[in-house]
Amino acid sequence: MAMSQINHKTTEKNSTDIGSAVSVQNISKNYGDVEALRDMSLEFPRGQLTSLLGPSGCGKTTLLKIIAGLLEPTSGHVEVNGINVSGPGPDRAFVFQDFALLPWATVLKNVAFGLQMRGVAASEREAIAERYIKSVGLAGFENSYPHELSGGMRQRVGLARALSVDADVLLMDEPFSAVDEQTRRKFQEDLLSLVRDENKTFIFVTHSIEEAVYVSDQIAILLPRPSRVSEIIRPSSFRNKGVDNIRRDSEYLDIVDNIWSSLRTYVE
Amino acid sequence: MIKRANLLKIVSAVVLCSAWEIAGRIPVSYAFPTFLDSMRSFFEMIGNGMMLEAYKETLQPLVIGVLISAFLGIGLGLWIGLNNFFDWLFSPIFIVMQAAPLAALIPLLVLAYGIGLTSKVMVVCIMAMPVIVLNTSGAVRNTPESFKEMGKSFLASRASILLRIIIPAASPVIFAGLRLGVSAGFIGAILAELKITPTGVGDIITYSRSIADYPSMYAAIFSIILLAVLFLNLIEKLETVLFKGNQRGYVSD
Ligand SMILES: Nc1ncnc2c1ncn2[C@@H]1O[C@H](COP(=O)(O)OP(=O)(O)O)[C@@H](O)[C@H]1O
Ligand SMILES: [Mg+2]
Repeated sequence: MAMSQINHKTTEKNSTDIGSAVSVQNISKNYGDVEALRDMSLEFPRGQLTSLLGPSGCGKTTLLKIIAGLLEPTSGHVEVNGINVSGPGPDRAFVFQDFALLPWATVLKNVAFGLQMRGVAASEREAIAERYIKSVGLAGFENSYPHELSGGMRQRVGLARALSVDADVLLMDEPFSAVDEQTRRKFQEDLLSLVRDENKTFIFVTHSIEEAVYVSDQIAILLPRPSRVSEIIRPSSFRNKGVDNIRRDSEYLDIVDNIWSSLRTYVE
Repeated sequence: MIKRANLLKIVSAVVLCSAWEIAGRIPVSYAFPTFLDSMRSFFEMIGNGMMLEAYKETLQPLVIGVLISAFLGIGLGLWIGLNNFFDWLFSPIFIVMQAAPLAALIPLLVLAYGIGLTSKVMVVCIMAMPVIVLNTSGAVRNTPESFKEMGKSFLASRASILLRIIIPAASPVIFAGLRLGVSAGFIGAILAELKITPTGVGDIITYSRSIADYPSMYAAIFSIILLAVLFLNLIEKLETVLFKGNQRGYVSD
C-alpha cells in the first residue's frame, strides 16, 4: 500500500457534515435473558474510520454482525446509504477476527470467493483477486494454502477478500488481535493509508485503546451493563502529522489517558 | 522411485504374509494352511473360473448395497445434519441400526424378504449405512460457524454454502465414514452368504470347510480382503481427486 499523498483528502475529513454511510437506530439485542445491546444509536460518517472500543462482552461483535446483516436485532434498525438492512448485502464486506479462510482453497480462491458468489466470471474474478493480493503485499502466494501462511498473512488474505468485492462499508471485527505486535503496527499504518486512499467507510472493532486512537477518525466508547455508547471522541489534530509522529503527539497521549480513566472502572 | 507411503504398504504386506506362512508351517492349527498353499489354491480357483463365478454372485448384493448405502447414506446424512427435525426423527434409527446384533436380525429379514438378492442387499445396507449416515450428519453439524457466517456475509446462496463450504469442510469425515461403511458392507456381503444361502464366495468358504480343503477356504477369505483393500484405495483416490486441498491439513491457530 502506497504511503504517498499524506495530506490528500485530510482537510475535509475532520468535518461531520459528510453524512452517514451507516446509521444505527435504537438497536436492542437480547440473547435469551442476556441483554447484549440496549437502545443503541450511532452514526458512521462516510469515508471515515469509526472504532467501536470497549471491554469484551459489551456487544461490539453483536453490533457489527447486526450491521453486517448476519444477526437480526430484537428491535431497532440499521440503514446503509439510507436503505434499511434486512440481511447481508453487496454494500458491506466483513473481515473476521479468526480470518475465516477456507482451508481447502488457495489464497487466490479465497480472495476470489466473494466475487465468485456475486457471479463474476472465473478469469475476471481471478484477475481482480490477483490485483488485491498484490496490493496487500502477498504477491507470489496466490497458490499457497492458508495453513502455509503466518497469522498476519492470513489476515491480509481476509482483507484482500473484503476489498476485492469493492463494498462501500468495511466491517472489521478485531482484525489484528490474532497477529503479533510488530505485524499489528504495520497493519495499523497500512490501515491508515487504506482509509485515506480508498473511498470507503470503515467500522473497526477493537479492545485496544492505543489502536483505536491511532487509526480512528471517530471512536465510539461502548460500556457494558447496560450496553451503551458512553462517549464519542473525534481525534483531530494529529492525523495529518504523519504515521511516525502520531504515537508521540500530546493529543494522542491525552486521549489514550482519558479513555483509560473512563474505562478502568469497568475492568475487573 | 516408489513413494514412502506405498513402500510402507508393501513392507507391511510382506511382513503379514511371512507371518502367515510361518504360522501355517508351525502349524498353529491343522485347519490353518500356509500362505503359499493358500496362494496356490487362490490362483487355481482363478484359473479354473471358480473365483469369477463366485464373484459374479457375491458382487451383486455387495455393489448394489454399497452404492445404495453411499448415496442414500450421504444424502440422508446431509439432510439430518442440516435439519434439527430430521435429526430428531432419523438419528435414533441409525444409532440403533449400528448397535443392533445383525446376526439376530437375519432370520427376520429372511422372513420378510425371502432368501434372494433383496435380503442380502439389506444385510449389506444395514452394515454399511449407519456409519456413513452418522459420520456425514455429525460432520455437517460441526461445520465451523465462522465459515458459514463468512459465506453469508459474502452473499453465498444456501446452495453455495452447502456445496462450497459445508460439504468440503465435512468431506474428510464423510470419507472416513465411507471407508468404514464400505468395509462393513464387505463383512455384510459375506455374512449374508454364510447365514442366508451359501452362494458365491460364501459358498466357497462353506463348501471347502466342509471337505476340509482349508487352503481354498483361506484363499476365498484372502480374495475378499484383497478386494476390500483395493476398493478402499479407490475411495481414497476419489477423495484426492474431489477434494484436493483438504489433504493439506486444516489451519489451526
Ligand atoms: N450467541 C450468543 N448467545 C448468547 N449470548 C451471547 C451470544 N453472543 C454473544 N452473547 C453475549 O452477548 C454479550 C455481548 O457479546 P459480544 O457482542 O460478543 O461482545 P464483544 O464482541 O464486545 O466482546 C456477551 O455478554 C455475550 O456473552
Ligand atoms: Mg467480539
